Amino acid sequence: MLLQQLVNGLTLGAVYTLVALGFSLVMGVLGVLNLAVAELFMLGGYVGLSLILADYPVAVAIAGAALVTAVLGVVVEKVAYQPLRNAPPIAPLLSTLGFSVIFQTAATNIWGSDPLLMPPDLLDARYRVGSVSVGQAQLLVMATAVVLVAALALLMRHTRFGYGLRAIAENRDVARLLGVPAPLVTSGAFALSGALAGVAGVQIGLHYSAITPYVGVEVGLKAIAVMVVGGTTNIWGVLLAGPLLGVLEVMTVALGGAAFRDMTVYGLMILTLLVRPQGLLGRAGGAQRV
Amino acid sequence: MISSYASGLLADTGIAFIAALSVHLVLAVGQLSLGNAAFMACGAYVASVLTVEHGVPVHAAIAAGAVVSGLLGVLVGFPALRLRGIYLAMATLGFGEMTRSFFLTLDATGGAAGYSGMQRLSLGAIWAWALPLLVLVLLAERSRLWLAMNAVRDDETAARLVGLDAVALKLGAFGVAAALAGVAGGLFAHWHIFIEPSAFALERSTEMVLAVVLGGSTVALGPLFGAAALVLAPEALRFIADWRLAAFGGLLIAILLVRPQGIIDRRLIQALKP
Repeated sequence: MLLQQLVNGLTLGAVYTLVALGFSLVMGVLGVLNLAVAELFMLGGYVGLSLILADYPVAVAIAGAALVTAVLGVVVEKVAYQPLRNAPPIAPLLSTLGFSVIFQTAATNIWGSDPLLMPPDLLDARYRVGSVSVGQAQLLVMATAVVLVAALALLMRHTRFGYGLRAIAENRDVARLLGVPAPLVTSGAFALSGALAGVAGVQIGLHYSAITPYVGVEVGLKAIAVMVVGGTTNIWGVLLAGPLLGVLEVMTVALGGAAFRDMTVYGLMILTLLVRPQGLLGRAGGAQRV
Repeated sequence: MISSYASGLLADTGIAFIAALSVHLVLAVGQLSLGNAAFMACGAYVASVLTVEHGVPVHAAIAAGAVVSGLLGVLVGFPALRLRGIYLAMATLGFGEMTRSFFLTLDATGGAAGYSGMQRLSLGAIWAWALPLLVLVLLAERSRLWLAMNAVRDDETAARLVGLDAVALKLGAFGVAAALAGVAGGLFAHWHIFIEPSAFALERSTEMVLAVVLGGSTVALGPLFGAAALVLAPEALRFIADWRLAAFGGLLIAILLVRPQGIIDRRLIQALKP
């Protein structure tokens, strides 16, 4: 029973990890909390599920969702971030909140406020390992998360785009003097952040077999807690924090009741902010964040 | 006589204005809170339980709710001293969601089913709280205390160097702001005569911040204008029906881009004076 919850928690954690990376790509590099990421996550779920319902293979659905949310991520950047780049950081936070409202309204109007259900026979095979039963959908969710995190780590370490991003995170002006095409790399960061959130949206649709317009607020925003606990400067910290909070949340629901889930997740975030602001694996004193 | 529709809008404006004042106050010392709905919830529940179960007169109950919220604000303010900017925003967001969960689990006040049984206040009673508070904040804005608060916002180190007690100023602002949000909560509870935890979710907190940012965060008339705009604009946009919230989001972005200091600032007030 407890082992079964562990599997469920790890699946949820995989989703959290990807959304949290979507938040932290923009936060770690540009110091901006892009609240629209939570709603891009929700939109990704809708686009993916719509494609699945139109009989496209799951892989196409995931790619389609990622593409749409990546483009929307760049739209958010051009309209809500670029013009406010030199304003105090609360200005882009509020303008991305404006986009959240727009996205949520659009989803409610296009797909309705009732949950959109996945076809019941999709990926419904279950594998038994001892006393634990793992669904095909759960395996797919965890596998995509692992592959994407590894790909992102390689991208950050070994490509010109990754060097550029890390250089801008250190100092935008110096990076530009050294020939980093800052506007292009910034747009890339927003696109990538949107794509990660979009894929995670399809994942949550597969995991819950449904998607609603409120999943962004209910699930997506908790990824902020995952990002903080893991540390904004460290991919591996998020990879640790995602499953940790996912399991913790599922265990809280199993042992204490559903009403306590938000308290554990956000409580851990506040605790982290107070006693270890750099996150679990973050560098001490890395930038003046607090 | 005004119609019940109009008086509903006016009452909501008054309540939203008092709530926005609480954000205005913490912004004056440079702190951004995305969790002030939690203090509003605290004020609402305390005041409601007092009037419904203990027969306390409604205005005394609202004042008591404000005091409890204020004390909670000071308690939360201590750890909040360590955080700034986006990090404080995230922590307060978490605090707000935790408070909402707390009331969801609290069976004594009905949990998710909500709480009712309050007597309805009149529209006049709401503005009898809102107008004096507006005058009070406008007067405070002319005082040395406000200058000191803005000094802490602009440069905390420099403010400490000239002998200002930044810790006391920030804690005080946080506490008074929480008390104001508590008043807004008490009025909300006794106007809508029904409260539930989801009425004090993140949307409520962001609404308060939006009212201040839209209206202007330099003078108290800004939050008043912002609160009115927030309550009335969705009504004015009713002709586009289902898309009005989206239009509102677009409007918000446009105003942030065109007038980042908010619609009302001191220069506009000067220009409008004859």
